Amino acid sequence: MAESSWLTEFPQLDRADLRDIRKSLDAGYREFSREYGEFIESFFDPLLTFLVWFEKLLLATPWWLVIAVIAGLAYLASRSWKLGLGVVISFMLIGYFGMWDNTMRTMSIILVCTLMAIALGVPIGIAMARSDRAQAFVTPVLDVMQTMPAFVYLIPVVMLLGIGKIPGVIAVIIYAIPPVIRLTNLGIRLVDKDVMEAATAYGASPFQRLTGVQLPLAMPTIMAGINQTIMMSLSMVVIASMIGVKGLGQPVLKSITNQYFTLGLLNGLAIVALAIIFDRVSQAYAKRAQEHMKGLENG
Amino acid sequence: MADVLIEIESLYKLFGNNPAKYMPLVHEGKSKDEILAETGHTLGLKDINLQIKRGEIFVIMGLSGSGKSTLIRHFNRLIDPTEGVIKVEGTDVMQFGAKELQEFRRHKMSMVFQRFGLLPHKNVVDNVSYGLQIQGVDRAEAKAKAVEWLDTVGLAGYEDQYPSQLSGGQQQRVGLARALCTDAEILLMDEAFSALDPLIRSEMQDQLIKLQETLHKTIVFITHDLDEALRLGDRIAILKDGEVVQQGEPEDILLNPATEYVEAFVRDVNRARALTVETVMKDPAYRITAETIEEALKQMKGFKQDYGYVVNDEGFQGVVTEEALKEAYADDKAADLTVDVMESCDPLEPGAVLESVIPCTLESEYPLPVVDEDGNLTGRLSRGTLSDVLGERSA
Ligand SMILES: Nc1ncnc2c1ncn2[C@@H]1O[C@H](COP(=O)(O)OP(=O)(O)O)[C@@H](O)[C@H]1O
Ligand SMILES: [Mg+2]
Repeated sequence: MAESSWLTEFPQLDRADLRDIRKSLDAGYREFSREYGEFIESFFDPLLTFLVWFEKLLLATPWWLVIAVIAGLAYLASRSWKLGLGVVISFMLIGYFGMWDNTMRTMSIILVCTLMAIALGVPIGIAMARSDRAQAFVTPVLDVMQTMPAFVYLIPVVMLLGIGKIPGVIAVIIYAIPPVIRLTNLGIRLVDKDVMEAATAYGASPFQRLTGVQLPLAMPTIMAGINQTIMMSLSMVVIASMIGVKGLGQPVLKSITNQYFTLGLLNGLAIVALAIIFDRVSQAYAKRAQEHMKGLENG
Repeated sequence: MADVLIEIESLYKLFGNNPAKYMPLVHEGKSKDEILAETGHTLGLKDINLQIKRGEIFVIMGLSGSGKSTLIRHFNRLIDPTEGVIKVEGTDVMQFGAKELQEFRRHKMSMVFQRFGLLPHKNVVDNVSYGLQIQGVDRAEAKAKAVEWLDTVGLAGYEDQYPSQLSGGQQQRVGLARALCTDAEILLMDEAFSALDPLIRSEMQDQLIKLQETLHKTIVFITHDLDEALRLGDRIAILKDGEVVQQGEPEDILLNPATEYVEAFVRDVNRARALTVETVMKDPAYRITAETIEEALKQMKGFKQDYGYVVNDEGFQGVVTEEALKEAYADDKAADLTVDVMESCDPLEPGAVLESVIPCTLESEYPLPVVDEDGNLTGRLSRGTLSDVLGERSA
């Protein structure tokens, strides 16, 4: 090659070198997954057992009982008859169009993912709020998690754990956890400094400040984060179905490959219905908590 | 009552990333502005020395940004000093570990904040009992105590309201009740009344004074308002750019401002309302102890005055003028000096504010006698003294 070729051609890595890098990295990771795959899988076993159990529970429960429980919870959270009625009608329609089982599967995985995201995300958010260093470290990680296409991180997960529920849950959590982390952090940081100072001045311990002041005052913001997390997990349902997560995503996937427009639409609408129900219920709950806090309730 | 409860020695606070590095500059005597320009560090407090006595209201006064909040936050270590000693009851507060500090804050000091600092998600009783809840006191007991204190500050019946439902004055009453509820000996009040309307503020001042009469707390009170300082303070320290420029009793500061800065503060004070008779009166001279007219006249000649204050074993009796004595002398020089000869005159009380005695002092031809509760003559107040003291502000 001529000396000045870098002026016209980008001075890129030699193709052979690049191929070697790829090969050695891939081989290394494959080695790693062969070595530790089983161990890591067994680590997730309890979760898998729970997932399976929960899905079976939802599927085995009579439909009217499921509807009654969900409508009841929606009413308790929001104190709105309309919302309760909306829940009943949506689930009746879902069942009528033959999507009951898939809806139960999707709901079980979404609920588990959301619970896991909260259980992991809130403590991480708290840690971020307490230390600027933790925040500086976690924020770019969250940025990557939110912008990296899901398919990219599906590859190593599938290589490691194969196809099934667990990799699906992991993929959904990676995609959906950032809002709850971010908003927990934000909510705690936004807590009025004067109130925190007062708590400190009266001798509150760090734990008392966290549970008695920071978390309650940050709750509306945290709830907004949880709400977004639920929405994002639902939007992952189709992608998760590509790696073997059963539910409403699979018929959609089938519709794409076979061009079944109506099937896709119906299942899509079922996902939307779930999303709207989750959204309204969690928002109504957050709003009620907030009103109570602001003391605007007359009761 | 006179023992020192809180002692602050050579306290310095330099705000910034590396205060230790720049402390030498502070000790060299560079000003706050120079240090900020050279190092980007803010000199918050400089060489503070204070002794606060048990049971007094100690007022720290200064303009906004003078370091008042910074100083008061050192008492309970919401802010740690860069250098210096803070002692409470002889114990060095700086030696406390996290646990001890927590205990100290729970039991020794409580605080009232300018912007109230109430917990918006808790109702009024829970706010008031917050200190006790933190201590782990039984819920019912804490609540009972909170209800009592709410009653004391005049908020009975508001137990279940939330802070956002109350007016500013009411919220600060909750803040005060919360501070009193822990029975801490020391009360820190950072511009506690500054955010309130003037009328409410003066009500709160009255309430604090009344409470203090029965509670005898040690109160550190921050304000930027000299009138408030004079009204509440047993002693006052004036802060400027993080330094104490003067400390002393209110009258000291009013009558002998140490620097121009203090003078500027003092200039706008209504002295007639801030000062009492005893702070400006002259010594009780010109006493006439004679029993007869003749002796009295002789004594008065000695004073080179044409009036005198008659006192005997029972205390102050009245005022006599030379003219009246001479008249009586002409009648019967050996007669006893009796009330008939004396002027009818209401003596002044030592504790009366000047404003209330202006009319009678100005009307009187001689300085009015000041007589205490036991009937003893303790001083005299002349027209000249009064106009000097009240007129000084325009000088
Ligand atoms: N955390 C801080 N960091 C830097 N500077 C501060 C900090 N807190 C206070 N200061 C500075 O210290 C000075 C005194 O502030 P402060 O104590 O709040 O005054 P005051 O209460 O008398 O209005 C001000 O110049 C302020 O800017
Ligand atoms: Mg202040």
